[in-house]
Amino acid sequence: MNGRIVSVFGNMVIAETDGKIVQNSIGYCCRRDGAKLLSEVIRIRGRLADLQVFEETRGLRVGDIVELRDEMLSVTLGPGLLGQTYDGLQNPLPRVAEKTGFFLTPGVYVHGLDEQRTWDFTPKVSVGDTVRAGDTLGTVPETMFEHHIMAPFTLKGECKVESIVEASSHTVGEEIAVLAGQSGEKISVTMQQDWPVKRPLAICKRRLMPSEPLLTRVRIIDSMFPVVRGGTYCIPGPFGAGKTVLQQITSRHAAVDIVIVAACGERAGEVVETIREFPELIDPRTGKSLMERTIIICNTSAMPVAAREASVYTAVTLAEYYRQMGLHVLLLADSTSRWAQAMREVSGRLEEIPGEEAFPAYLESRIAGFYERAGALELNDGRVASVTIGGTVSPAGGNFEEPVTQGTLKVVGAFHGLSRARSDARRYPAIDPLESWSKYAGIIEPEKVEKVRELLRRGSEVKQMMTVVGEEGTHIEDFTIMLKSEFFDNVYLQQNAFDDVDGATPAERQQFVFDKILEVVDRDFDLDDKDTARRVMFEAQDMFRTWNYEPDDSEKYKLSLGKIDEFIATRGGKAQEVTKQ
Amino acid sequence: MRTYYDRIVRIAGNVVTVIARNVGYDELAIVNTRRGQSLAQVIRLEGDRVSLQVFAGTQGVSTGDRVRFLVRPMQVPFCDDLLGRVFDGSGLPRDDRPEVKGEPVDIGTPAVNPVKRRRPDFMIRTGIPMIDIFNSLVESQKLPIFSVAGEPYNPLLARIGLQAQADVIILGGMGLRHDDYLTFRKTFEEGGVLGRTIMFIHTAADPVVECLLVPDLCLAVGEQFALQGKRVLVLLTDMTAFADALKEIAITMEQIPSNRGYPGDLYTQMARRYEKAVDFDGAGSMTLLACVTMPGDDVTHPVPDNTGYITEGQFYLRGGRIEPFGSLSRLKQQVNGDTRDDHRAIMDGCLQRYALCRESREKRDMGFEMSEWDEKLLRYGDMFEQEIMDLAVNIPLEEALDRCWKILAECFEPVETGIRRTIIEQHWPKELTDEEETPEPAEATA
Repeated sequence: MNGRIVSVFGNMVIAETDGKIVQNSIGYCCRRDGAKLLSEVIRIRGRLADLQVFEETRGLRVGDIVELRDEMLSVTLGPGLLGQTYDGLQNPLPRVAEKTGFFLTPGVYVHGLDEQRTWDFTPKVSVGDTVRAGDTLGTVPETMFEHHIMAPFTLKGECKVESIVEASSHTVGEEIAVLAGQSGEKISVTMQQDWPVKRPLAICKRRLMPSEPLLTRVRIIDSMFPVVRGGTYCIPGPFGAGKTVLQQITSRHAAVDIVIVAACGERAGEVVETIREFPELIDPRTGKSLMERTIIICNTSAMPVAAREASVYTAVTLAEYYRQMGLHVLLLADSTSRWAQAMREVSGRLEEIPGEEAFPAYLESRIAGFYERAGALELNDGRVASVTIGGTVSPAGGNFEEPVTQGTLKVVGAFHGLSRARSDARRYPAIDPLESWSKYAGIIEPEKVEKVRELLRRGSEVKQMMTVVGEEGTHIEDFTIMLKSEFFDNVYLQQNAFDDVDGATPAERQQFVFDKILEVVDRDFDLDDKDTARRVMFEAQDMFRTWNYEPDDSEKYKLSLGKIDEFIATRGGKAQEVTKQ
Repeated sequence: MRTYYDRIVRIAGNVVTVIARNVGYDELAIVNTRRGQSLAQVIRLEGDRVSLQVFAGTQGVSTGDRVRFLVRPMQVPFCDDLLGRVFDGSGLPRDDRPEVKGEPVDIGTPAVNPVKRRRPDFMIRTGIPMIDIFNSLVESQKLPIFSVAGEPYNPLLARIGLQAQADVIILGGMGLRHDDYLTFRKTFEEGGVLGRTIMFIHTAADPVVECLLVPDLCLAVGEQFALQGKRVLVLLTDMTAFADALKEIAITMEQIPSNRGYPGDLYTQMARRYEKAVDFDGAGSMTLLACVTMPGDDVTHPVPDNTGYITEGQFYLRGGRIEPFGSLSRLKQQVNGDTRDDHRAIMDGCLQRYALCRESREKRDMGFEMSEWDEKLLRYGDMFEQEIMDLAVNIPLEEALDRCWKILAECFEPVETGIRRTIIEQHWPKELTDEEETPEPAEATA
């Protein structure tokens, strides 16, 4: 059914039509030169449909035809998603580049899956079996995973398998099974199926309480502010505080099956880094290239803004799809603020009544709806699978009191707040240990964590006090607390992301080092002058820092540990002699 | 046959609304007035009402004037003859020489496909230690200089332009004072690079809308040179003027402002320009340096704030020096691992000590007693500022690193530097250790 354009303004088009219009259905704006620009209906007023166009609207005219479709904005799910780099609308960018070269020409769309490639299908059900939506019909190998070909997610009730192909090779478009519905209708099944991005996909027995720690090998996260599989967390921070680096490290080391990186409205350069680096990086846990477990969705800041809004939904839908196969998926969205800004731009063009900072009034419910798509599920066959969402937030002016940060904090399970002061002082990762929190349990006993947090709090208080009363007015006990808190900060919370060893600390090593540091912290060094105290703590820092850089179980590791033990044994007071040995 | 439309129904701000049909969004028009012609761009279509943003402003436009549509977006002629020329914000010559004839190129073209971008890995040496050591500039990087009025940001920009050794330098001036323009010109002339420089200059006296086109013109031309395999450096000053022009148009168009009057799409508008910085896989590159003046020295102002989220770092220019705190080159990690093995250690070590020095200074200024440690830090801070931070320092990276080691060795013992021992063992200046009053350093390095 067609309509005609009556108005164009930015990426908004208003079309007039006599027929039925479906909210959130898609339409194609037909430019005179033949290009068809994908768009989505976002408001209906009488015979007028307001559409947001996912491309530049340059060249559209009043009177041009809009083809309105019945379907909603969807992604294609099937084997071949892993390792892909998509734009926000699931166009594979390498194949787009084959067609259009250096630039993203509006109106060029490519199917999300390779339609030529064949996959070795192995059936898991037989004729006569009963299946329900999401049940596995067969599998194909995809990189290092068994990709489950599942019965259409839209099936109603129980269906009978009428026919299924034997183990053989097929493309995603070929029929591999026929199911009979409850009223006897025939349902043809291929290896691919569509799912609307804005509808959560969660076919399961029940949702579980997320509790299993998701290890990132970042010490301050795993030990102090842990994340769990199926949980949510957010990383707000001013620009330059290291959000993206933190996300990149997490995408490398996180202990999950699949990582989906959604670069939403951020710099293209950062995506390029991932695209170029990941195929060469070997995942230490599987021995395979990292790219084989990664999907990149990138809608960088220069790409059309409406597609930016779609990109986070595209990403989460792909995550949910792999969760249905029993896998653990981590979705990293960078940055949710850009997504919120895209909503604000659209809302402004719709001339809706603005809320705080001109964000739409529905901002919070949209944010909540997005994060709620994370979760650990017990699937119908009893397997446990999860989607974890970690979103960065880029608050205007680095001020956390703004609507996107506040709306996010209400719905996430952990908060890793980055601070400008820490990044200025080159204390990376710049997660503020005093402001951040996590509702989840991690790998270190809660009492120990609490003890260290208390130390950090006291240390910070003493530091503040010292700016008023000076060093000479500070009692040696307080002064030592401050030094110990600095010590812990320096050798444990700070981590050199660009060093192979220090940049990624496994859980056991974290626990071991944490305890070793507590030994130092618990010592009463019995120092009576501040310069000696400072010197002793510097010695300790130097030793621990060196230790952090030594690979597990290497000779140097043992040597460093030996020195530390000796240092602790001599109670640090005679630290000078320790180095002189 | 040329079709003219003469039903102008609204003139407000720089926007003229005319009744017309068959007009494409974002395309160009010519408004004929008694004063002459002006280019205009379609910014809204509503039924048969076409809103046009008039580049020369609407002063003197009457409801009896005529509009002709060109059925194409804004273009700029492209050829090698552009080199050495100066143009204004609508692409017309500013240097009393004839118009350039060349292949017309659309401005504001689609984004580059991320998979066709290379990972930048070429360090641009500037001879400024605060950049080379602490925040290395990388080819294809987009980096703003955050500053306030009165700081020498334009001379700094010109100096980087001169020393960066690009094939083509493109200067985009927005709201530039005329004498600043002349200074740029003189600097480039004296540096002998005028022959490979192109300038698009919008001065403060020109119509505000023309300011909006300057970045697009620069970047469209730069992109073409980059596609030919050239290494292009684009200098834009001042992007705050560009943002203010955006604000002015948005308010005229009755858009709901989001923050301090700026339109909600400020981020997107700026990102579309900055993101043109690129290292093409299989062609040249475009590096983008911009000046952003911060109104009231407030980095949380929407313009610097949004810029910081878009660009790959930022330099703060304050008190005539590049401020080490807050200044950041996000791409430095891609190049500073291959320069010298002590580069990163010096970068972190020196800055952490300098941060501590600032704390000690605060303490001193409040009248507290200085400990032995404080004295060391203070001494270090002074030396660091004079020998490294000063903008007048113009030395290659390696020399600057050696100088840092010298300063560290003069002020501290090795364990106090916070630098890993393996690096210290290799680089700690040997002759100095003997002169130190305390014997510890020699033992710690042993």
